[in-house]
Amino acid sequence: MAPRTPIESDRQPAIEFRHVHYTLSNRELLNDVSFSVARGETLVLLGRSGAGKTTALKMINRLLVPSSGEVLVEGKLTTEWDPIALRRKIGYVIQDIGLFPHYTVTQNISLIPRLEHWPPDRVRERVKEMLETVGLHGKTFEHRYPHQLSGGQRQRVGVARALAADPDILLMDEPFGALDPMTRGEMQNEFKALERHLGKTVVIVTHDVGEALVLGTRIGLMEAGKLARVYSPHDFVHAPDPMAAAYMAQLRVYDEAKGGK
Amino acid sequence: MSPIQFFLRHHQEILQATLEHIWLVGLTMIFAIAIGVPLGILVTRKPWLSKPILGGANIAETIPSLALFGFLLPVPWLGGRADRLAIAALTLYALLPIIRNTSAGIAGVDRAVREAARGMGMTDRQILFQVELPLSFSTMLAGIRIATVLTIGIATIAAAVGAGGLGEFIFRGLAMVNDQLILAGAIPAALLALAADFVLGALERRLRPER
Repeated sequence: MAPRTPIESDRQPAIEFRHVHYTLSNRELLNDVSFSVARGETLVLLGRSGAGKTTALKMINRLLVPSSGEVLVEGKLTTEWDPIALRRKIGYVIQDIGLFPHYTVTQNISLIPRLEHWPPDRVRERVKEMLETVGLHGKTFEHRYPHQLSGGQRQRVGVARALAADPDILLMDEPFGALDPMTRGEMQNEFKALERHLGKTVVIVTHDVGEALVLGTRIGLMEAGKLARVYSPHDFVHAPDPMAAAYMAQLRVYDEAKGGK
Repeated sequence: MSPIQFFLRHHQEILQATLEHIWLVGLTMIFAIAIGVPLGILVTRKPWLSKPILGGANIAETIPSLALFGFLLPVPWLGGRADRLAIAALTLYALLPIIRNTSAGIAGVDRAVREAARGMGMTDRQILFQVELPLSFSTMLAGIRIATVLTIGIATIAAAVGAGGLGEFIFRGLAMVNDQLILAGAIPAALLALAADFVLGALERRLRPER
């Protein structure tokens, strides 16, 4: 293969799916899914439960491997990556957060930096910085355990933990799904600001069309293991696609209830 | 002679037998933990081994203790000395609760916690030692507590093969139809069991993870 020119490698997508199929005990969970995510972009995979969103997400950090087809991260097949090295450069946030209950907030956030043998000073610095970034200021949180936090605080710690080792890519599976609507809205707006500021490549899985429109720079509609199309939020709103229209209609119901136009 | 006078008169022998008993139980628990905890972990890693391992431990549990001592008698190195024989048999009894609670503790770790650990790039070994084992420690300890209390009781039978311990008094008392002798073995054994239960129970509560 010819060596890549710098311009080419800049254009190389951060994540690329090529005709990915995934079959589990005769059920086709992903059916010929292809898409790519450019650096710094936020792709939202939108769809109902069982559409294959989470399955697709887990292929990016190689928690799952395609039955056929290819998934590339930074131009390299996930199967060629060392899975541990791959996962350490990809932040991962799940709906149930999965904070370690026997670790304090500080220990949770600093886990990957510590496993990567960062010097203790730098780890301490980083934890402070991360708490600041996700809006949990000051000493009051550092030594608390997850069970002493509210749902929103826990999710913030989850995001801080995922960002701690400064990954290039961030994967989020229904990150705000378990939160009450008020907290969810706050977190979405904060995350939107954070996203712009950090410039990471982000893939978010959600079934909440509002969340998709707020957070996504592009929106991929998934249904029954297929990725129909990828839209910009603007195009999504006006898409002739009946599925997209159904999602938009759902949003309009809320708007009307609010008394808005 | 009242039982209290009997105890006072023979306190040295009773103390001696109690120490023997503790030694038997202590060594048994060290072996049972050293074998049972790794087996319990193995069961969670290789589910197909779960049936043979737990099944085997279950069968050992169902063999009457006297018979088990008898079965082990012809085993070359073990059968040669009473204390080895007794500790081997007691270890077999103590295994089941330890294996079962170790695997149950690990299986009980929140799926989200395990998925987050894997997704963040922890190796299997790191997940085991830094996440799964610390989180299942109190369940494991509950198994060790059950096994210890069980062993303290069964260890009295070790006297039947001449391994000593508090069972000596019980067997002698039975042979001589002397209640005081029986009590001289049974009461310290019961107190030992209660003490072990209390101490390990307190430790278990302290180590239980908060939710």
